[in-house]
Amino acid sequence: MTALASAAPLRLWRQSTVVRHLTLSVVGLVVLYFVSTSLDAFANLQLAQVCYTAIATAGLTVLSGLSGQISLGHGAFVAVGAYTTALLLEHLQWPLALVLFGSVVVGGALGCLVGVAAARLRGPYLAGATLALAVGLPSLADYHGLRDLLGGANGLIVTPEPPPLSLGESFPLERWQAWICGLCLVITLFLLSNLASSRLGRDMRLVREDEQAAALSGVPVARTQIVTFGISAAFAGLAGGLFAIVNNLAAPGAFTLALSLSLLTAAVVGGLGSLAGAVYGAVIVTLLPNWTADLAQQANLPRAIYANIPLVLYGLVLIVVIVVFPGGIQSGVRKLGALLLRRARPDRPQESRQET
Amino acid sequence: MGRFVDLTLAGLTSGAVYAAVALALVLIWRSTRIVNFAQGGMLMITTFIAYTIISHGGSYWLALVVAVAGGLVLGAVVERVLVRPVEKRSPLDAVVVTFGLLVLLQGAAGMLFGGTPRSYPPAFGIAGFQAGGRQLLFAPNDLWIVLVVLAVMAALALVFRKTSLGLRMRATAFAPEVARLLGVRVGRMLTLGWALAAAVGALAGVLIAPSTFVSPTAFDAVLVFGFTAAVIGGLDSPPGAVVGGLALGIVLSYVAGYLGSDIVTLASLVVLIAVLMVRPQGLFGTAKGRRV
Repeated sequence: MTALASAAPLRLWRQSTVVRHLTLSVVGLVVLYFVSTSLDAFANLQLAQVCYTAIATAGLTVLSGLSGQISLGHGAFVAVGAYTTALLLEHLQWPLALVLFGSVVVGGALGCLVGVAAARLRGPYLAGATLALAVGLPSLADYHGLRDLLGGANGLIVTPEPPPLSLGESFPLERWQAWICGLCLVITLFLLSNLASSRLGRDMRLVREDEQAAALSGVPVARTQIVTFGISAAFAGLAGGLFAIVNNLAAPGAFTLALSLSLLTAAVVGGLGSLAGAVYGAVIVTLLPNWTADLAQQANLPRAIYANIPLVLYGLVLIVVIVVFPGGIQSGVRKLGALLLRRARPDRPQESRQET
Repeated sequence: MGRFVDLTLAGLTSGAVYAAVALALVLIWRSTRIVNFAQGGMLMITTFIAYTIISHGGSYWLALVVAVAGGLVLGAVVERVLVRPVEKRSPLDAVVVTFGLLVLLQGAAGMLFGGTPRSYPPAFGIAGFQAGGRQLLFAPNDLWIVLVVLAVMAALALVFRKTSLGLRMRATAFAPEVARLLGVRVGRMLTLGWALAAAVGALAGVLIAPSTFVSPTAFDAVLVFGFTAAVIGGLDSPPGAVVGGLALGIVLSYVAGYLGSDIVTLASLVVLIAVLMVRPQGLFGTAKGRRV
């Protein structure tokens, strides 16, 4: 009897994905709490940046990894989220949670719109169309009809809310921002990981593998692709809202092609389709520019050199990872895990895991 | 009316350059089924090489020749080193690799030349021709651009249709396995295709440089327009690339003239999606498009 009772939680862990993801989310929140309280203000700011980058990357990796669509223009959806947050905060003064939800909705709506076009386009066509979106959309802020509303090339200043007084007078703003972004990241990962194991997630994988077979087995191919694009863009919108709050700014210069590129790099480096990979990738692309700037300062490199080191590295990493390690970091982690497991339990037959 | 004529002529000039970029993309697509997202970066690098020659006292013509030769070499190297490994894999891999190359080149150019846009001299005068007592928005340099692009297209068409090399290249693009069985060195043809495409791109870079200036990111929009033009034309049709380029150039010139130059890139996206909605295979495309 006692053996059975103690086995029950383990069985629940094995059988219920929601329980598993909930537990992991709670663990994630606890880790974030301890990490953020032990870091100084600047490091907390970086933590916040990692979190919103990971949110956008997670959205992108679901799009590319699960449904096989590609977007070179996710920076455009981040921009839309940032501007939505800036406008809602400045003009309507809605509460923060509602403002961020607004960014999710607007990002998702635009994503569905693009998704309608995307459902007709394949691989390189879709990549080209989203590239045009990434290059073209930020210039809208300086269009003469919208310049007054969107602040032209200077963009909009966003005044973030101070941390609630209940946390104490001297609670640092950066830690508060890290908490907001961290909470949003955990919610994002929870929702997306459940999505991946849901019926819709299975449809997405089917569509990615073989559209005709998917259609024949009754999967609505176009609708699945449009919905995926919308979901992916919605999380990019959320990332944009957080971007505006953390950086106090929504300006066209922040949403260049380089931003879209860094998101793609994060997704590819981490391992396309893996949510854990999205987090590793986001850590790398967020911290890389800082590390290179520090190194360059020590070595007294000229600005033109070190300002471009991240770009060169993004490019190199994209090429090398795709050509040599197509699975990214996550596939390395999986292989390592499988190896350790085999060492620990040599009698157990090796389970081959499907990589997504 | 005068303004309409001016915008049309200006559109024709920029359209000729988009057509050249589109042609480079089409050459690569036909042989390897890859859209070369690094095209803008590759032509940016060769234009910087040309700029360096000119700023060291070299002539316009020397710079042009070196840029085109540089394009040939760059294209061949890129195909051999980067494209070969991903050619048979999913289209996503090729997209990411060429996109990675674009950024690598932009970063390298930023390191070597900095981010400030540099001006590039035109080959001929930029004061418009006189016609009917008024100055047209069409200068000797614009005429040069249009003529060069048309000449390159004619030369490519001749090579592809009338020479045995062209026949082998077409066979490679059409059915690589069959071509291999018949003794065509497929790998070499693919390398040559990329080299030719990059040379055409390099030419387009030098032609458009006087109007866009030269900087690591100056040609982002040119890549987008070239891609749009190629897709409008059908992506595997060289005449389609020409027609698509000219049509896009003229439409975007109207958009810039009547609505505002800030939304030109976005307008090209609208044109792209509109064309794909009506004809997913493009105007001249033969490949079966997908209906949803």
